[in-house]
Amino acid sequence: MAVAGGKLCCMTANATENAVEVRGIVKHFGETKALDGVDLTVRQGTVLGVLGPNGAGKTTLVRILSTLIKPDAGTAYVGGYDVLRQPRQLRRTIGLTGQYASVDELLSGYENLYLIGRLLDLPAKRAKARATELLERFSLTEAAKRPAKTYSGGMRRRLDLAASMIGSPRVLYLDEPTTGLDPRTRNEVWDEVQRMVADGTTVLLTTQYMEEAEQLAHQLTVIDRGKVIAAGGIEELKTQVGGRTVQVRPVHPAELPEMARCLYDSGIAATVSEDTGLLSVQITDDAQLTTVVGVLGTRAFGIASIDTTLPSLDEVFLAITAKPGAPADRIPQKEAVA
Amino acid sequence: MSAATLTPGTYEDQRIGLRSHLRHLGALTRRNLMRIKADPESMLDALLVPIIFTVLFVYVFGGAVKGTQQEYIQYMIPGLLGTTGLNLAMAVGTGLNSDFQSGVMDRFRTMPIGRAAVLLSKMAAETLRGLVSFTILILFSMLLGLEIREGFLHLLAAVGLSLTFGMSIVWISMLLGMSLRSAQAVQGVSMIVIMPLQFGSSIFAPTDTMPGWLQSFTKYNPLSALADACRALINGGALTHSVLIVLIWSVGITAITAPLAVARFRKRT
Repeated sequence: MAVAGGKLCCMTANATENAVEVRGIVKHFGETKALDGVDLTVRQGTVLGVLGPNGAGKTTLVRILSTLIKPDAGTAYVGGYDVLRQPRQLRRTIGLTGQYASVDELLSGYENLYLIGRLLDLPAKRAKARATELLERFSLTEAAKRPAKTYSGGMRRRLDLAASMIGSPRVLYLDEPTTGLDPRTRNEVWDEVQRMVADGTTVLLTTQYMEEAEQLAHQLTVIDRGKVIAAGGIEELKTQVGGRTVQVRPVHPAELPEMARCLYDSGIAATVSEDTGLLSVQITDDAQLTTVVGVLGTRAFGIASIDTTLPSLDEVFLAITAKPGAPADRIPQKEAVA
Repeated sequence: MSAATLTPGTYEDQRIGLRSHLRHLGALTRRNLMRIKADPESMLDALLVPIIFTVLFVYVFGGAVKGTQQEYIQYMIPGLLGTTGLNLAMAVGTGLNSDFQSGVMDRFRTMPIGRAAVLLSKMAAETLRGLVSFTILILFSMLLGLEIREGFLHLLAAVGLSLTFGMSIVWISMLLGMSLRSAQAVQGVSMIVIMPLQFGSSIFAPTDTMPGWLQSFTKYNPLSALADACRALINGGALTHSVLIVLIWSVGITAITAPLAVARFRKRT
């Protein structure tokens, strides 16, 4: 497609690097402050995961960024367009798949996609071709003529995704795209999202599932009670919360107490678990890892495996959404596999 | 449009052109018609209500009210024709409500389409449905003996008058559709509004045997004027006064309710 290619080249020449830029967004609903000064950016061609518990303000944020509601304060640009002053152009830039923006249940999958194509000003022929193409891509060709209300949950979600892709949006919002789906269907949706990202789409993903964020997102913004409480890369956030854990599995579990004592003598606190047969050490930098390996090596303990693990995103999440002052307990992670 | 010409800092929003508006109107009207096709039962009221009302009133009350059924048909059917526009107008609110509830409206609102097209397409589809109703009503009552005494053009004028009045009621229906929580509630409230208006009028029976308080209601009920106007257009008789009253009512209702409905629609979309 020569036209799209041309557009793309001009866009990169001119547009800012951030596909989404949000500064100080505030939104009240009556007495409730749904959003209380949220800042975030999504770099072009990347996936930002917006993570937060129910009621954190994720959906409110997406509704503001898709021009469904207006913020009380702050600014937001999507694809360089102002949500308040250039809503029409902004709407040409975005696609939305959410729990609310829905397709017409009475119409067939094909008719839904065709309708959206026409509403996006595609010529009739092009709208037909695009609908057929997307039904094919989302494995809905067989169900194309059936009313959407007869679709299973996964098919419905795929149709929603297809609907948001009709206009080849540069920025796609996925508002909890897999909530309520079974694991297999969820994987199908993830695969599709990854394909879109590979094609250059920028994605803003809201989710309550760490696993989903870990699968899809490049960057994370964690919000709770309308505020951003953490932001950064996934690994970055994990390190920020509690460093890494080294887990050592000795050849002879009987040597565990002796190993711990040697480390203790070198100034390193280690915990021993007889049950799992593992020795764990919390470390904050690489030098400490070298010390651990060095101490155990010079004493010639038989070592079956050494693993370093970051805290899981679940733990990170619990740690940073916990109320200030509450202890952010960290539980030993998944076992090291020999 | 070229995105390249736009840099952050220039705040002119792009307008939706007339051709786009028409395309959106066409696509959305098609959608509303396909909804009827997908749910044929929704057509039942348009098809059967005229027949049931005609049969019921002509054979049950006809003889008692006007002496002969023939005379009653000639009296009542024009009035029923007048309210057909009202009934189809009420369906607009129900449709609008279910679009808001189901999230379809949110989908539309995230797309660059004119708001007016969403409303106009609902009216267009309901008008087409209404035309089916008109046709059935006229053909069926002609089968029972209705005479079109003033000719086809006057009959069309009666249909037009019914639609004109209906278009003013659309705004009230929209307000109900946007204010009430479910489509059932909209339907229920619509019935409560329509029933007393319909029966407290000269549609089904001459008003001279009604008690005084009711007569003063029926006298000012626009549906009485509408029924009288349609009677005059089909059977002949004095026309100007009743037509004028209907038009004044239509303009008056529109002037008050349309700005409210549009404001509410803008606020919600």
